Amino acid sequence: MKRRISITINGTSHHAEVEPRLLLTHFIRDLAGLTGTHVGCETSICGACTVLVDGAAVKSCTMFAVQADGAEVVTIEGMARDGQLHPLQESFWEKHGLQCGYCTPGMIMCSHQLLATNSTPSEHEIRTGLDGNLCRCTGYQNIVLAVADAAEKMRDRSSAAPGS
Amino acid sequence: MTNRFIGQGVKRKEDPRLVSGTSTYVDDIVLPGMLYMTVVRSIHAHARIKNIDVTRAKGMDGVHAVLTGEDTKTLGSVPCAGQLPDLKIPAHPPLARGKVRFAGEPVAIVVAADRYVGADAAEEVDVEYEPLEAVVDPEKAIEPGATVLHEEWDDNVAFRWGFENGNTDEAFEKAEHVTKHRLINQRLAPIAMETRGVVANVQMPDEELVVWSSTQIPHLLKTQVAVMLGIPENKTRVITPEVGGGFGSKLNVYAEEGLVAYAARLLGKPVKWIESRRENLAATIHGRDQIQDVELALKKDGTILGMRLYVVADLGAYHQLLTPIIPTLTALLAPGAYGTPAFKVDIVGVFTNKMSTDAYRGAGRPESTYLIERIMDIAAGELNLDPVEIRRRNFPDPDQFPFQTSGGVVYDSANYQKAMERALEMADYDGLRKKQDELRKQGQYMGIGISSYVEICAMGPSTAMPSGGWESGTVRIEPTGKVTVLTGASPHGQGQETSFAQIAADELGLEMSDIVVLHGDTARIPYGIGTFGSRGTAVGGTAMYLAIQDLKEKMKKIAAHILGSEPGKIEFGVGKLSVPGEEDKSISFNDVVTEAYVARNIPQGVEPGLEATRFFEPSNFTFPFGTHICTVDIDGETGEIRLTRYIAVDDCGNVINPLLVEGQLHGGIVQGVAQALHEEVVYDENGQLLTGSLMDYAIPRAQDFPMIEMDRTVTPSPVNPLGVKGVGEAGTIGSTPCVVNAVVDALAPFGVKDITMPLRSEKIWRILKGGSSS
Repeated sequence: MKRRISITINGTSHHAEVEPRLLLTHFIRDLAGLTGTHVGCETSICGACTVLVDGAAVKSCTMFAVQADGAEVVTIEGMARDGQLHPLQESFWEKHGLQCGYCTPGMIMCSHQLLATNSTPSEHEIRTGLDGNLCRCTGYQNIVLAVADAAEKMRDRSSAAPGS
Repeated sequence: MTNRFIGQGVKRKEDPRLVSGTSTYVDDIVLPGMLYMTVVRSIHAHARIKNIDVTRAKGMDGVHAVLTGEDTKTLGSVPCAGQLPDLKIPAHPPLARGKVRFAGEPVAIVVAADRYVGADAAEEVDVEYEPLEAVVDPEKAIEPGATVLHEEWDDNVAFRWGFENGNTDEAFEKAEHVTKHRLINQRLAPIAMETRGVVANVQMPDEELVVWSSTQIPHLLKTQVAVMLGIPENKTRVITPEVGGGFGSKLNVYAEEGLVAYAARLLGKPVKWIESRRENLAATIHGRDQIQDVELALKKDGTILGMRLYVVADLGAYHQLLTPIIPTLTALLAPGAYGTPAFKVDIVGVFTNKMSTDAYRGAGRPESTYLIERIMDIAAGELNLDPVEIRRRNFPDPDQFPFQTSGGVVYDSANYQKAMERALEMADYDGLRKKQDELRKQGQYMGIGISSYVEICAMGPSTAMPSGGWESGTVRIEPTGKVTVLTGASPHGQGQETSFAQIAADELGLEMSDIVVLHGDTARIPYGIGTFGSRGTAVGGTAMYLAIQDLKEKMKKIAAHILGSEPGKIEFGVGKLSVPGEEDKSISFNDVVTEAYVARNIPQGVEPGLEATRFFEPSNFTFPFGTHICTVDIDGETGEIRLTRYIAVDDCGNVINPLLVEGQLHGGIVQGVAQALHEEVVYDENGQLLTGSLMDYAIPRAQDFPMIEMDRTVTPSPVNPLGVKGVGEAGTIGSTPCVVNAVVDALAPFGVKDITMPLRSEKIWRILKGGSSS
């Protein structure tokens, strides 16, 4: 039944024999021990579990680990570089874009994809771009401001791509 | 000394760990040999349990135990702290015994090697039920002959409670106009993004039970877990790691907290349980769920003479910690921001086959604000008055505070007029009305809503609370001059590691980086109450502030002794204590601290060390207030409501950190708007939960909102030395009626008086097409 798979997470490869039903999120959290990726709904609605799989934002609670065999995954732990927070992390901090912090890793990973495809998003584009991520604390206002602020920072420092 | 940090939008100390994914929530805790608990839950709303066969489940690989209600008889009842005259408190075993009373009630637990094995084994637990009629409608539940949930009593009435202040009969006899309406405040789910979770372990050598739980009340939980398990409280420790939101849902003691601890003790191994979102919707407390019949006696000019209120509160099947108390808070605040001379209220709390209702953000007060702010608009419509004018005519004057209300509480301080005038100015209210007239001529439906709320915060004096309304604060200045604050408050997103540090740094003349605020571990924090009821800063912050004052007095005595001065002449500056006007009389903060610990040169009668603990008992609640105004556009084809502007002018007294205050208001407003427009827990006629996942229960998204426009007025509270009031729930309380008022206003050309929440497009579409508004 079990299958041997290998997933590279934040540049480190993790090998394991897993049941085909093991969720990617549990591989990341339980086997790789990277608990920054959170589970909020198990139905791909809330987006707390969002990670990058080969560069695309994916809800890891509804992807099997075996589907990510051979993939490059980036989680929230892979965003900071050399002790320096990613501009998105800085902006969420500066703009008070988080309260309890539970949705934050997913928000940041999803925002990363948004800014990778649109470096100058309007307020409306940020709001629709985050439609798949739920936050119950902030009312989204400061998240929107944080993403806009990060976009500006990233335009200024063009070398901030993670996982590269 | 001038404040360097209080009043500033200081970035949070909590955030580096949270934005980097290095924080620890309950599910991030891994202990050697840890097992995983899975709960088997009732599929019926109301049924007798005929038999539970656990044989197959027990025999599966990786399964360590399967336990039912019969196996866990020594485990005590899930506690209720509510006290009301003749309150019925039914037995509430953590695992059902003999009967189940709501869909989702725990029936058995499986303890297995991991969550996958546990889920498999839970499928194999065979429960044989005899279904009974489900009691779903709370009004039918109290009719004669209704099926009874708790058979030790004759009916489903949990309590009847009420009071009268002033003479309402006389008010209604004198009335020139009476406005009557029935309002429904629907059932909601709190939906903290982190679901509940518990880990328990018995640690050697002292057999101390350690429980990690995602809770708002670590100390109360410690006491209650010890009572449920019948073990000494001094061998019980509760730790709240990072808590991913609460909104009242974690202001409770749940069956699973007892069960995980029970299993860990039974098996001698650490046990973890993490609630799924489906379980969270079915078996974490719900909020609201009241039917309110309101009558307002008025003069023709809109002056309120009196109010009568009858509330049917759907409590669900059992009492959780505060279930029966919540509707009573509705009564205290029902007169709202108005000088209502006479008020009579009667509340009936009803058992139904649903999950318990309890404290959800606002907890009883959104229900009162909704009813008063809606009935004011309905009355204004009937009397042909502008909604602004009827409010203006009934506000007490600022010099009438402290103001004794007919709700039986004393409002501490306010200037309702000022907040409202500011909101009207920001909105350009008169301009909006003109624009509305023009749009109506063009056949477009634009609505303007207003709500002037007051709310009860800083809970509260212990005489008015079920289990203590004080809070503890300990401040320790370490020998190196660094400061450790221990607070009994238990923040879970509010940012009190930052706001408390701002207060401490300013009071002591230190830097933010010199202060560490610790909370949420009963082994290192003196007993406290917790974070809820917008009490963290007003009660917990004040306890810390008082402890700091004790230490400052002591440090002044030591400094005066060394400098050859008098304690009364010493003042704190940045990093030093000195005598103003005498330049040679100055000593560094750290030197005084060293003297206090070395203790060779301290004045007689002063004890060594620098640590103080204070327990602050507030003399009253605080009563924040404000006015919210919003505009909506309604799509004439689809009935879709678009919130186009939202203006909030709030007054929460003095502000420690405006960034955090605004954040609390943003989140609160969005939650309140969501009650108006989207959210509803729905049970069908058989008591089955139809909104069992986030695919069915609609919490708001980023694109549902415009940027909220905000301002504040500042009316300090006289109840605490910081002058703060609290802000955690204000947004939720003010916003719901504001939005409903706007939508009803938009549809006024259709003769619409009220629409039952949530205002889904389908309901609006039916009105637009000439159908009913209910």
